[in-house]
This record gives sequence, structure tokens and C-alpha cells, in this order.
Amino acid sequence: MTARAASKLSGVGQFTAKTIGIGTLVTFLLVAEILIQIDIINRFIVPPPSEIIGSFYRVITQERVFSRFLFTASECLTAGVMITVFGIAGGVLMHRFKLLQQACETWVAAMASAPVVLMYPLFMVIFGRNAWTIIMIGFIAALPPVILKTIEGIAGTRKVLVNVGRSFNLSPAQQFWKILFPAALPTIFVGLRLGLIFALINIVGVEFLINYGGLGQLIEDLAERYDLPGTYAAICFVILVSVLFFMALEKAERWLRPVD
Amino acid sequence: MAETGRLRQAAVPAARLSPVTLLRAAIILALLAIWEFLSRSGWLYRDVVPSLLSIGRALVGLLTSPGYYFNLGVTMAEIGTALLVGGLSGLAVGILLGANRFLSKAFESYIYYLGPTPKIIFFPVMIMWFGVGPESKIALGTLSCFFPVALSVAAGMRGIDKVLIRVGNSFRASPWQMVVKIYLPAMRHPIINGIRLGLGVALIGTLLAETKLSNMGIGFLIIQAYGIFDMPRMYAMLIVLFVLAIGANALVGRLGGLDSIKRT
Repeated sequence: MTARAASKLSGVGQFTAKTIGIGTLVTFLLVAEILIQIDIINRFIVPPPSEIIGSFYRVITQERVFSRFLFTASECLTAGVMITVFGIAGGVLMHRFKLLQQACETWVAAMASAPVVLMYPLFMVIFGRNAWTIIMIGFIAALPPVILKTIEGIAGTRKVLVNVGRSFNLSPAQQFWKILFPAALPTIFVGLRLGLIFALINIVGVEFLINYGGLGQLIEDLAERYDLPGTYAAICFVILVSVLFFMALEKAERWLRPVD
Repeated sequence: MAETGRLRQAAVPAARLSPVTLLRAAIILALLAIWEFLSRSGWLYRDVVPSLLSIGRALVGLLTSPGYYFNLGVTMAEIGTALLVGGLSGLAVGILLGANRFLSKAFESYIYYLGPTPKIIFFPVMIMWFGVGPESKIALGTLSCFFPVALSVAAGMRGIDKVLIRVGNSFRASPWQMVVKIYLPAMRHPIINGIRLGLGVALIGTLLAETKLSNMGIGFLIIQAYGIFDMPRMYAMLIVLFVLAIGANALVGRLGGLDSIKRT
């Protein structure tokens, strides 16, 4: 969104801007490296970037990064399936029963702004210190946007399409599956994208907090061993994975919404 | 005064008995009834679902204990400082990125993609840099809060009506005057929206950091209640926290007149 809004520079300008962006990052790392090497910054607080880059390989090969990644990904996937099923069903239900929507929509919106992840100690008591605590936090934190966007999508179906369905004398079920749902799908996907982002953030966060599971635990593990270059490398790795995840979701959304 | 009071009392019951209100009341009552039933049934582990009475008692105990307000004060001061530092730096960076297309192209994508990453994983680093005291929590809250404010302000800057900017230019306003007299008033809504989002994530960041490692604050109390398995107290604290968080969010929205604009 923001990237597109700013894209009115010429091709050369864009290239220069991108180069300067990357150049700044590299310069920053170089300056940090020099300051650490000449002992102005304590290397036991900030390890030199060269060591961090060097420990990437070690972290990836020795810390079972791939299986951790799969673990976190499977938690995200489970939470994702759950928000898809319950979120869309909830949204459809609330759209179908207007009274329910009027009564509960503000509650769902309030839930969206509530710090759900802080309930993790409670979830640990209920589900135990295992993957279900993590998945359930991800699920509950990610549910509201899917419900809200489903309602928005169905309610925003163009009147013409609804009338087409009526003139074909479709049954309510047909009207839903053939008209309303397909028309609402792009908006629903916006909700799913938001939901998946929330799920990932909360899942990695809770993994870190309760020291269990995949990528979040990797950071906690290395930090507790006081392996500083490893901790920094792991943080960079997790950030990289999340950024790639967001980019993939964004691509998928654009693909689903070719006209906009 | 007395007259208006009576009038209001007469008018309210008709509004209260709308089907929506009835349904809301029914849902709440049903949930409470199910809760109480589960609590008494003994199907779940004892104390996982404590009775409403004990939660109520814990709530009263919590709200009447001075120690709670001290910890609440600590947490609120941390969140406030984080919001101030993160908000102001986000505002400055947002204005820079929004005003300059070149800078935006060079740096905004970094902020855009770093924005939604889980910030709590920076906590070990923050402890190294700022120690185990409130400073590291403030730092984490600041880090969380910076991104939504910067992104929202940058987008808001680009959305300012060009006419307003031209008016400022033709009055030969200095850059500072442009910011204070044109940009900030014109961006009231994006700024408030950014602060609202920033407040939410700063609150989460600060409290999560407190649950991880601290010796005071609400997050510390919650994890302490978990440690001694005082479930009613934990429920009471979560209830108060949720009410405060949702209330603060609504308040910031209301102050900025967000009701009248589109929810984003």
C-alpha cells in the first residue's frame, strides 16, 4: 500500500533510492563493526555484525532451524485453518442474523483491540505448556479481523449481483454459494491476511515467552545460553522469515484482487 | 437538574429494552451461567474455572489493595513513556518519509515490513542494552509503538490536500511553520489513528516484557498469580486490564473524532 503510494519516481530515481536504502544499512553495520572493534561499544552487549553474520551458518546447522521452522509453520497453519473456518462461519452467521450482528459486532471489534496475548498464562493453565496454548492464542488473537472482514465483504456485495441471483430464482443456499460468497472472497482474504499476520506475531511471541516450540524458542534458548551473536542471528532470521511470510501473503492478496 | 434527571430516567427504559440490548443481556447471562455451571460441575481441573463469586471477591480485593495501584502506576508510566518516545520519533520519521518521496522510496519499505514482526523477540537484546529494570520494558514498548505511528503519519502526509501545502508555500512558511500550522492539523486523523494503534502495541509489548522478566508492574503481577496458581486473582487482573486497554483505545479514538471517519 505505502510502497505503491510512493511509486511515482522515475526508474533511475527508484534505483538510486533503493541503493541508498541498502547503502545506509551497510554503512550502519560497518560503523557498528568499527565502533565495536575499537571498543567504543562493548562487544559483550552488541556483538560485531561480522560475528553475527558468521554465526548464521552455525545457528542454521546446529539449532535444528528447519524443524523449528516447520513447527512454527504448522502452528500457524493450524491457527490459520481454525480462523478460516470459525472466522468465516462467524461472519456469515452474524450477517445472516442481523440482530446477532447488531449485538455482537462491537464486541468483536473491541476484542480486536484487546491485548489477547496477555492471557497466555491463563491458556497455559487451561491447555498446559504445549503447542495448543500457542495455537489457541494465535487463533483468538487472529479471529476478529476475519469475522469483521467477512461481514464487510458479504454486506458489500454489489446490489446488481444480488439481483441477478434473485432473478434466477436461486435458493438461499445457492444465492450464498454462487453470489454472496464469491463476491465477498477478496475482502475475506484481506481479513485472513490480517488474521494470519496476527497469528504469526502472537505464535512466535508466545513461543518465546513460554520457551516452547519453534522459532520463538530458538531466540530464548540462545539468549539463555548467553550466545549473543547466535541470539542476534536468530532474531534476524525470525524477522526475515516473518517478512517473507508477509510478502507472500501480500502477493497472494494481489493475485486474488487483480482489479483494484 | 432534578427535572432533567427524571426526564432521562423516563426516556431510558424504552431504549434499553430494544431487542439488541435484550440479546446482549441474554448472551452475557448465558455465558455467566455456563461458566458457573462448569465451575461447579467439577469436570475441569479445580480452579481453572473458578466460581464467579471468587472472581468477584478477587476483583474487589485487587481494586482495594494499594499495592495493585502502585504496580498499575509503574506499568502506566512505562507505557506512557514508550508512547511518548516512540510516538514522537514515529511522528518525526513519518513526516520526513511522507514529505520526501526519495526518502520514502529508500527507507519506507523497511519500516513497512518490519512493522508487523513480533517485537517481543527483541527483548533479550533490550535487556542487554537497558538492564532488567523498567527501562528495557519502555524500550520494547517504544520499539513496538514507533512503527505504526511512523507508517500512519507517512501515509497521512501523502494524503494532505495539495492546496493546503500550496497555501503554506505561498505564505512562505518556514519548514517548522509548515509542520506546526499545515501538516499536523491536516493530519489529525492519521496521527490519532497511529497513536491508537501504537498505544495498543506499546501496551502489549510492555506488559509481555513484564511477564517475561521484571519485579514490578501488572505483567509481573499476572505471572506471579500464575506462579502461585491464584486463578481468581489472575482472572480479576485480566478483566481489569482488558477493560483499561479497550477503554484507553476507545478514548483515544473518541478524542480524535475517529467515530466520524472510516475504520481502517
